[in-house]
Amino acid sequence: MEATKKMTTSTNQTIDWKLFFNKYATPVLLVILISFNVVFTPNFANINTMWNILIQMTTILLTALGMTLVIASGGIDISVGSVMAISSIISAKSLGLGVLPAILVGLLVAAVCGLFIGLIIAKFKIQPIIVTLPMMIGIRGIAQVTNDSQLLNFDSPAYSFIGTYKFAGNIPVQVLIMIIAVAVVYFISNKMAFGRYVQAMGDNYRASRLTGINTFLVIIGIYVISSALAGFAGIIETARLSAADANAIGKLMELDAIAAVAVGGTPMTGGRPNVIGTVFGVLIIQIITVAVNMNNIPYTYSLVVKAIVIILALWARRNK
Amino acid sequence: MDERILLHMKSISKSFPGVKALKGVDLEVKKGEVHALMGENGAGKSTLIKVLTGVHIEDEGEIYFEDKQIFTNTTLQAQKCGISTIYQELDLIPELSICENIFLGREIMKKGIIDWKATQKRAKEILDDMGIDVEVTSILSSQSTAIQQMVSIARAISINARLVVMDEPTSSLDDKEVRVLFEVIKKLKAQNISVIFISHRLDEIFEICDAITILKDGERVGYSLIKDITKLELVSKMIGKDASQIISRKKSYNKDKMSNENIIVTKNIVRDPKVKGIDIEVKKGEVLGLAGLLGSGRTELARLIFGADLPQGGELYINGKKEKFNLPKDAIKKGMGFCPEDRKIEGIIPNMSVKENITLAILPRLTKMGIVSRKEQEKIVNKFIQALKIKTPHMNQAVKNLSGGNQQKVILARWMCMNPELLILDEPTRGIDVGAKKEILDLIEQLASDNISVLMISSEIEELMHACDRIAVIRDGKKVGELYAEEIGEEAIMNSIAEGHQSFA
Repeated sequence: MEATKKMTTSTNQTIDWKLFFNKYATPVLLVILISFNVVFTPNFANINTMWNILIQMTTILLTALGMTLVIASGGIDISVGSVMAISSIISAKSLGLGVLPAILVGLLVAAVCGLFIGLIIAKFKIQPIIVTLPMMIGIRGIAQVTNDSQLLNFDSPAYSFIGTYKFAGNIPVQVLIMIIAVAVVYFISNKMAFGRYVQAMGDNYRASRLTGINTFLVIIGIYVISSALAGFAGIIETARLSAADANAIGKLMELDAIAAVAVGGTPMTGGRPNVIGTVFGVLIIQIITVAVNMNNIPYTYSLVVKAIVIILALWARRNK
Repeated sequence: MDERILLHMKSISKSFPGVKALKGVDLEVKKGEVHALMGENGAGKSTLIKVLTGVHIEDEGEIYFEDKQIFTNTTLQAQKCGISTIYQELDLIPELSICENIFLGREIMKKGIIDWKATQKRAKEILDDMGIDVEVTSILSSQSTAIQQMVSIARAISINARLVVMDEPTSSLDDKEVRVLFEVIKKLKAQNISVIFISHRLDEIFEICDAITILKDGERVGYSLIKDITKLELVSKMIGKDASQIISRKKSYNKDKMSNENIIVTKNIVRDPKVKGIDIEVKKGEVLGLAGLLGSGRTELARLIFGADLPQGGELYINGKKEKFNLPKDAIKKGMGFCPEDRKIEGIIPNMSVKENITLAILPRLTKMGIVSRKEQEKIVNKFIQALKIKTPHMNQAVKNLSGGNQQKVILARWMCMNPELLILDEPTRGIDVGAKKEILDLIEQLASDNISVLMISSEIEELMHACDRIAVIRDGKKVGELYAEEIGEEAIMNSIAEGHQSFA
C-alpha cells in the first residue's frame, strides 16, 4: 500500500491541473463571474446587491437542494415549480386558520404531491420524467383553479415575517433559512444511511436492490423531500410578496434547479449528490440573472447568457 | 505460423492516480499466433490491452504494427489499424438485434438506407462459419451470455481484424461453448489472424496458445513459447511463490459429521422457462454446489431462492419454516447473502468507495437515528480488508478502480460482515486469477467451518470438486442428479450432466 502511494508523486503537472479544474470548475467559475461583475457592473460590489442576490436565490436553492437528491438517485423532478405554486396558493388560502397552520398546510400539500409522485415511480417503475411531466401540468392546473387564476393578496405581517424579516436590520431571514436547509440536506446526503442509499441506487440500481436496500421507501422519501422543499420555497416567496399568484410562482423553476445541480457537479446519470456544488451552481445562476438585470440587458438576452455559462460550466467539469 | 512480428509494444508505461499500472512492458505478437497474456488480477493485463486498443493512452512507449509505428489514441483508430477487442464486459447494445450489433457503425447500405437483407445474410454467414446456429434477427439481450460473446467475436471478424484481443473470452462459457470458441480461434489462425488471449484457465492456455507473456505488478516477468514452459513454472512466475500451494486437492468429507438441519428447502420451485420444478436442500454448514451447463437454470434457481426474481410456483422453507418468496431485502433479513454472476451489473456500486460498498448491506446495524457511525463502519471495513486481503490503496478508493478479484472480495465482505447463515455465490471466481481464486476457495472453506452454508454455482467442475460437500446437477431446469463428496469426480459430474443419473444418495 505504501508503495502505491509513493508512486503517485511521479504523476506529471498537466494531469494535476486537469484534475484540479475538473474538481473545482464550479467555484473557479463563480470567482471569475464575481470578479467580472465587480469590475464591470456598476454598483455590483455593494452590500445591498449581495442581500438581493441572497434573497432571490432562496427559492432556487431550496428546490435545487431537493433536486440534488432526486438527480443523485438517477431520477428527475420537473414538477417542483408547480408544487411551489400549489403550496403558495393553498397556504395563502388557509391563512384564516392562523399563520402556523397555513404554513403547515402548504408544506403538507407539497409533501402529499411528493408522496404521490414517489409512489407512482416506485410502484409502477415508470421513468421519473414521464411521471413528473403530467404532474407539472396537473398540479399547476389545480393551483390555478384554487383561486380562479386570480392573484390572491393578503395582509398578514406574521406570515410575511418568514419572507421579509431582517436580522440586525440588514441580514434577511432567508440567509438563515438557506443555511439550515443546506446543512440539513448535506447531513442527509453525507451522514445518514438514507444518503448512501440514494447514491447507491443512482450508481447501480440493480446491485442496490440485491444488497437489500428498500428501494421503494427510498424513492418515496426522495420525492417527498424534494416536493416539501419546493413547497417551502413557494411559501417563502408568497410571504415575501404578500401575495400568491398560481400563474406565475415557480414558473420554469425546475429548469433553474436542474441547471444548478448539473453545474454543481452531481452526475445527471445518478451518483454522489454534491450538495455544496449545488450551492455554487445556484449562486452562479442567480448572479447571472442579477448582473444582467443591473446592466439593463433585456431579459431575453439574459437567458442566452445563462445558457452559455451553464454550458461552460458543464464543459469545464466534463469527464476527460 | 508466420515468424514475422505483427505487433510490437515497446516499453509501455501507464499511471493512474494512485497507482502505476504498467512499468515499461514489452509485448510481441507474431502473425497468426495465439498469444496468451497471463497475470494475476491487477498485474496490468487489462491496462495493457486498453492501451493497445485506444481506451487508455500510454504515458510512455511505442506501438509498432506490421513494422509501422501506430498511434491508437481512440478505439476507432485501433480498429482501423486492424485491432479488434472482445471485452470482458461485452460492449454490445443489448436492445439491438444480433445482426445490427455485428454491423453497428458499419451498416451495409444501399442507396443511403440500410440493406437489411444483405446485413442478415452476411451476419448469418459469419455465424455459420463459426458454427453458431442462432436467429440473427433476435434481440441480443434475449440470448445467453455465451451467444452474446460469439456475436462480439463475429463483429471482430467482420471488421477484417488482423489482431483479435480476447479478454477472458471463456469465463462465461461452458465446456461445449469453449470448444466452439477454440474452433473459431483455429480458423482465425488459419487466416493468419493473430489472437491475444487472456484467460485464467491454465488448461485452455496450454491447449490453444502458441506463446505466452506473463505480467506481474505492471512488469513483464516472463516470455516463452508454450512448448517450453510447464504449468507449474507458469503459475509460480505469475504469483511469485511456491507453486505446490496451488495444486488443487479434493475435499475430504465425512458424511456422519454433516448436520441434518436444513437451512433452505425448496419444493417444486418453478419459473418459466428456465426453472421447471426443482427440489433442493441446503444443510447447515455445508457447501452445496450447483453444476450444470450454462443456461441450465442454475443461476435462475439461485435468484429465486434469494428473491431477486419471483417464482410462479413452489414452496420455500427457511430453517424449517414455510416462507413466502419475497424481495432480496427479506431474504437478507432471514440471513442470506448473494454474490451475483455479473459483478459489474449487479454487484458493485462502481463509483462508491470500498468502504461504502462493504458496509452497504449492514448500514442499518451501524446506524443510530439514521446517522451512520463512521467509527464502527471503518472498524468493520478495516477488519475485512485485512481478513480478505483486499488490495486497495485505501478504503475510500472507488471500487471500480479495483481489479476483478478484489471487487469480488469486496462483495464477499459485504455479506460476510452480516454474519449470514447462507451465502449464495454465483460463479464466485469468474474472471479471477489463480492466486485470488485459491484465496476465495479458501474463504468458502472457512465459511463452511464457521457453520455458514454456501450454495455455490460454478462452470468449473474442478472448482466444485475442490469446494463442495455435495453437488446437485441441474439440466434443462430440473435437478437430474446429486453427488456426495466421495463420489464427486469430474467423470461422475459429466455423466450426470450428460445422462441425468438420479441421486446416488
